[in-house]
Amino acid sequence: MIVADRKSLEEILGMVADNKKILILGCKGCVTVCNVGGLKEVEILTSSLKIARKKAGNPIDIDIQVLERQCDTEYVAELGEAVNDYDSVISMACGVGPQFLSEMYKTQTFYPAVNTTFFGGATQHGVWEERCAGCGTCGIHMFGGLCPIARCAKSLLHGPCGGSSKGICEVNADTECIWDSIVKKKMEAGQLADLMGVRGLKDWTTARDGGPRRSIREELVQGNI
Amino acid sequence: MSELKSGSNLEKVLKAGHFAFTGECGPPKGANVKHLKEKFKYLKGNVDCVNLTDNQTAVVRMSSLAASALMVTEGLEPNFQMVCRDRNRLAMMSDILGAHALGIRNMLCLSGDHQSFGNHPQAKNVHDIDSMQLIALVKKMRDEGKFMNGDDIDVPPELFVGAACNPFADPYEYRVYRLANKITAGADFIQTQCIFNMEKFRDFMKKVVDMGLHERCYILAGVTPMKNAGMANFMKKFVPGMDIPDALIARLKGVEKKDQAEEGIKFALEQVAEFKEMEGVAGVHMMAIEWEHMVPEIAERAGVLPRPVV
Repeated sequence: MIVADRKSLEEILGMVADNKKILILGCKGCVTVCNVGGLKEVEILTSSLKIARKKAGNPIDIDIQVLERQCDTEYVAELGEAVNDYDSVISMACGVGPQFLSEMYKTQTFYPAVNTTFFGGATQHGVWEERCAGCGTCGIHMFGGLCPIARCAKSLLHGPCGGSSKGICEVNADTECIWDSIVKKKMEAGQLADLMGVRGLKDWTTARDGGPRRSIREELVQGNI
Repeated sequence: MSELKSGSNLEKVLKAGHFAFTGECGPPKGANVKHLKEKFKYLKGNVDCVNLTDNQTAVVRMSSLAASALMVTEGLEPNFQMVCRDRNRLAMMSDILGAHALGIRNMLCLSGDHQSFGNHPQAKNVHDIDSMQLIALVKKMRDEGKFMNGDDIDVPPELFVGAACNPFADPYEYRVYRLANKITAGADFIQTQCIFNMEKFRDFMKKVVDMGLHERCYILAGVTPMKNAGMANFMKKFVPGMDIPDALIARLKGVEKKDQAEEGIKFALEQVAEFKEMEGVAGVHMMAIEWEHMVPEIAERAGVLPRPVV
């Protein structure tokens, strides 16, 4: 899923400093699963903003709503013209949400309340880790099911680099060296040969380097499915 | 390994069977050509070629390509270092052609220290290709006269291709295979990371010799003389991939502070003496970090002077 972290209250207060009446919009998708932008978090942010503004002698009126998804025009359309009743709208969805909203409601201002960080999952309660870089050409099966593009700080295809120490990445003491894991897995499985030789240069045209990406499923576009 | 690939001095020295002795020089944090040329003076005639580092530890310095070109004009032979952190494949191929055009004949292919260690940690890194692929890229340009897309090169670059090897990084048991891969990719010579743990390096070289890798490539052992116990402690704690035995730190601490530099040099000289006899080691890469003025004395005492003229 897409993982995000909420911005600081201070930053969000700064965004709406001049506003008296706002809407906070949650999303029931990924950000609900990673506990950053679902109903619970919308309520927490609402209370925090109200308390801070009241304390500053400048109370703010806040309505809340949680959409099924903010990355789907069908659900974004549910807001309708009522969205213009507010001075501004805070979206708690990933970076896709405020953009779908801005594209549909062109005169309203939508502020992002979260920083979208990566594609990943929860490794334990409260801890999420990156697993995919969305490069558009998946080859994890060549690396023992572990992605060096997303998980090696240098995206090496022939690691580990000289900074790998005791299974830890040189960049961060809390990060495992994924190449250490790949190599050990291959060696233990007697598949060292898989790592020998030089891989061709990666084709980055399917990644962000090829420009903004689009995925078209003709059968769906034509309404056959 | 008889036919010359680049005609560099380093290549000729190694192919003539001499024990190579290479040096290192960090370009200035500025455009201070005068200072750079002063450092060259200490190296000239005392080493076979000099590595010009490429924004080492991810700290911005004068470009290694420019510094290498300046070195050529001063009559020394550079070993132009290139890291994958700062350039994509276009910039790499372009600079490789430029290097040849400027008279550079040795090149060292590296991944590069992560930018988080340097003075612009907010930078975006490139890593379009990795060091293994960079080796193969230079080899292809030189031997096939082709760019990576298969287009012909109008006068291919002639470069003696180097790579690094750190026997002290983990997992240890894989390091010799990664070295083998670099040789398969096209490395003509290897310069190892600074060696301090001699016991481990002896074991590593035994594996190298058992696999016959020393017959496919020239391996130069990396040596850095310690200036004092504080430097040893700092490197042990903060420099990734360093293996500094406590015994070495104790040895440096065992003498008075004013004598620690001499003790560091003595250890380096003992290392060079052992490498001269060690099977599979074709030379020494002396990295006297910001200590270039000591190179003449170290080379003299190491008994590697005069350098062969080939």
